[in-house]
Amino acid sequence: MHAPRPQGAQSGLAGADAALESGAGKALLRFLTCGSVDDGKSTLIGRLLYDTQLIHEDQLSALERDSRRHGTTGEELDLALLVDGLQAEREQGITIDVAYRFFATPRRAFIVADTPGHEQYTRNMATGASNCQAAVILIDARKGVLTQTRRHSYICALLGIKHVVLAVNKIDLVEFSAARFQQIVADYLGFAAALKFTSIASIPLSARYGDNVVHRSQRIGWYEGPTLIEQLERLDVLEGLEEKPLRFPVQWVNRPNADFRGFSGTVASGVVRPGDPVVVAVSGRESKVQRIVSADGDLPEARAGDAVTLTLADEVDIARGDVLAHAHARPEVVDQFAAQVLWMVEEPMLPGRSYLLRIGTRYVPARVTSLKHKVDVNTLEHIAAKTLGLNEIGFCNLVTASPVALDAYEENRATGAFVLIDRFTNATVGAGMISFGLRRATNIHRQALLIDKSARVRLNGHRPAVLWFTGLSGSGKSTIANIVERELHAQGAHTYMLDGDNVRQGLNRDLGFTDADRVENIRRVGEVAKLFVDAGVIVLCSFISPFRAERNMVRELVDAGEFIEIFVDTPLEECRRRDPKGLYARALAGKIRNFTGIDSPYEPPENPELVLVPSPLGAEEQARRVLEQLKVRRIIV
Amino acid sequence: MNDTTASARDTRRAPLSPHLRRLESESIGIIREVAAEFRNPVMLYSIGKDSGVMLHLALKAFYPGKPPFPLLHIDTTWKFREMIRFRDQIAARYGVQLLVHTNPEGLARGINPISSGSKLHTQVMKTEALKQALDKWQFDAAFGGARRDEEQSRAKERIFSFRSPGHVWDPRNQRPELWNLYNTRINAGETIRVFPLSNWTELDVWQYTRAEGIPVVPLYFAAPRPVIERDGQLIMRDDERMPLKPGEREQVRMVRFRSLGCYPLTAAIDSRATTLDAIIEEMLLMRTSERSGRLIDVDEAASMEKKKRDGYF
Ligand SMILES: Nc1nc2c(ncn2[C@@H]2O[C@H](COP(=O)(O)OP(=O)(O)OP(=O)(O)O)[C@@H](O)[C@H]2O)c(=O)[nH]1
Ligand SMILES: [Mg+2]
Repeated sequence: MHAPRPQGAQSGLAGADAALESGAGKALLRFLTCGSVDDGKSTLIGRLLYDTQLIHEDQLSALERDSRRHGTTGEELDLALLVDGLQAEREQGITIDVAYRFFATPRRAFIVADTPGHEQYTRNMATGASNCQAAVILIDARKGVLTQTRRHSYICALLGIKHVVLAVNKIDLVEFSAARFQQIVADYLGFAAALKFTSIASIPLSARYGDNVVHRSQRIGWYEGPTLIEQLERLDVLEGLEEKPLRFPVQWVNRPNADFRGFSGTVASGVVRPGDPVVVAVSGRESKVQRIVSADGDLPEARAGDAVTLTLADEVDIARGDVLAHAHARPEVVDQFAAQVLWMVEEPMLPGRSYLLRIGTRYVPARVTSLKHKVDVNTLEHIAAKTLGLNEIGFCNLVTASPVALDAYEENRATGAFVLIDRFTNATVGAGMISFGLRRATNIHRQALLIDKSARVRLNGHRPAVLWFTGLSGSGKSTIANIVERELHAQGAHTYMLDGDNVRQGLNRDLGFTDADRVENIRRVGEVAKLFVDAGVIVLCSFISPFRAERNMVRELVDAGEFIEIFVDTPLEECRRRDPKGLYARALAGKIRNFTGIDSPYEPPENPELVLVPSPLGAEEQARRVLEQLKVRRIIV
Repeated sequence: MNDTTASARDTRRAPLSPHLRRLESESIGIIREVAAEFRNPVMLYSIGKDSGVMLHLALKAFYPGKPPFPLLHIDTTWKFREMIRFRDQIAARYGVQLLVHTNPEGLARGINPISSGSKLHTQVMKTEALKQALDKWQFDAAFGGARRDEEQSRAKERIFSFRSPGHVWDPRNQRPELWNLYNTRINAGETIRVFPLSNWTELDVWQYTRAEGIPVVPLYFAAPRPVIERDGQLIMRDDERMPLKPGEREQVRMVRFRSLGCYPLTAAIDSRATTLDAIIEEMLLMRTSERSGRLIDVDEAASMEKKKRDGYF
């Protein structure tokens, strides 16, 4: 077997000599290949590795074996199999996840991420693109610009990639037509103008036969520009990270003994030197850099990209997650900001739901407060939306549980990028790029209060709490809650009842029963409950509240011990049998949609304070158990 | 020679190139991240050149303190004797805690690479043993020295590689990993494998080893050693447990190893490279890949991926 060569190819590189010179010392270029399914991305990387002679003999014989077994190229080597390394990929002839490969020419070392073209695996494409400085966007010359070409171009632009090589591939299948090439390039440039790339170089090539990849092709004589490798070698991608303001996210506090207290981390941007005055961005505390400690001795300076340990002149309270900066060029400190978010899981993004946000070295709970619009990747138009689905991109406002230090992503990738994590599954669900801060957290000074919660507790003679009754419709939540309130009232406790049906007629009249609205419903109820707790009241809330995330969100709004989750665990069959409001009958008849337990899920609590199963003694007995709990927990005496 | 850790072979220490400095910083950042986020991490130490670099980076990452985690060696009992000696010297020299685990059931069943076959041996004495050790000490994160340039399925793996309960890798459903915002969150029973050397190549490892004067097992350097030729590979008979087949004859040849594992499964190459410089020069002209001397990688198609799904590194 052999890999075909373009006719009359001029030899570009000499293998071992190239390798000898390569790698160390050269400016590394990180790029990705992307584009639509089957455009030839993996074949192109395989070709680059093959033609730069990075394939060893044993790998070549493995490739021959694999090509016979899984190849899509008949008698020839299927170079895509050099990169499509997973079994499932070989069997299906597609790329599923990103492969990272390394190669070098005499001029430059490269890390290339070969990303999948299938829309389903967009998150893997984004993973590959996030650390890249340039993108090779492939187009099948027969097919021209497709939706995925546009989607990937848009994601590259969002992620801050400035340099694009438009590789018009499979030019062998359109008879090396200059007209076809020019038409595709014109199409693409028309679309890409809005994406503001710094450079777009278009190259006609054939990954399969090697034309214009590493070797210049005579079959495309009309093309006079650089080959792909020449273009990649000459790209100037200076990021200028060292010229940007200093950002030092503290990763680890190094305290080996009582005499040493250092702050370890990687300089995200800028330069830091001993003697520099620095501030802790969020707290505003100031100090001076004393030493830059490294295992190789103290350093005179640390530059963007260096992993070092700083010691400061003063005992300042600094923890992992803090960002150090120079006083005259601080990051923004806000608890609300606007960002582009790429959603990466099936389960839609719900405004109002609490996620864990990771920015720099910091984790902080966060919510999307509003989704301004999502983007149609074909037209780049903005579309109104309530949720974001898998692979969708939207412009959102977010709020964090406490202020964070950040920069716009355009200014600084390290302090402007974040990911969102599901708080129960821990899946990485979203990737975000910050556009701007919305409100300076330091400007909101809470009104200092003379009478506080503890003062009210003393007056009331009991502690406040949220009794959160959750369970299916018809499980008995409201009945039990009513009895509990009656008893509490009889004992002189201050109480208030928030009931799903009542709240929906007033405060939440504008909300329906979609997942997004359910989340917002609970968020509002949670905020109201919190005010009552502050007022010293025992609030009884009975809401189906099917999602763990929202119940947990309310739990976090109040102090520890104030949220008492009561799971009214009546089996679905029993609820359906009771059907006090005739709702199950209607839901089963298809007259109500999104009905919990029928066509909408219920997530039972994992660690509720109390579980109430149906009692032969009825709701009175269940209520008695609630009151007992309140005594055990010293809410009432 | 009683201290085989001495790096006296190459006394010259070159300054780090910008490329190696970048790699070093990236790896140190990854190692610190694990120490900061996990309850009970461990560093897998396989005694090879990659482990050597990884340990060196860990020592640098926490300087002037010590790495806040132990080393773990999975001992199949079939490693080269020189490797074990080196391991114990390294632990003593750097004052790091070294844990060693061998699969007791595998030992009792007499599993070995010769009569049990490489596949069963690897499965029981490496993969199972590793899982036992991680469970026994309840480690929630484990560093491994694997590199993406070693093998095709490794080229696909994340730096923070999520494992579901039972240590299973699901290559079709990896967590997205954008920027360096590693998701370190896991639920009970789940673990993370972390690969700080993901973006290093074999050349980088050797150049860094030379630049930093990192000690390596002498087996990497060419020396006259007793070997037999078996299935076209040169195998060094490190002890009496490996019987000679009819017609096989031990001969002393100038050989070295590119990669170190269980001695009956690790082939030597003819070489005259007795210094790091010579190793690097030789490596650049080599026509075969580093893992071609590893007999366990070729025992079935897509074997590395399969082993990784089962919980292997
Ligand atoms: N004729 C011709 N065929 C090509 C060329 N480049 C790639 N192909 C073929 O196109 C098919 C798809 O190639 P791949 O490299 O797997 O495509 P891909 O873009 O990586 O696909 P995904 O990663 O699954 O999106 C294979 O059969 C290749 O051999 C080319 O330049 N000319
Ligand atoms: Mg592909």
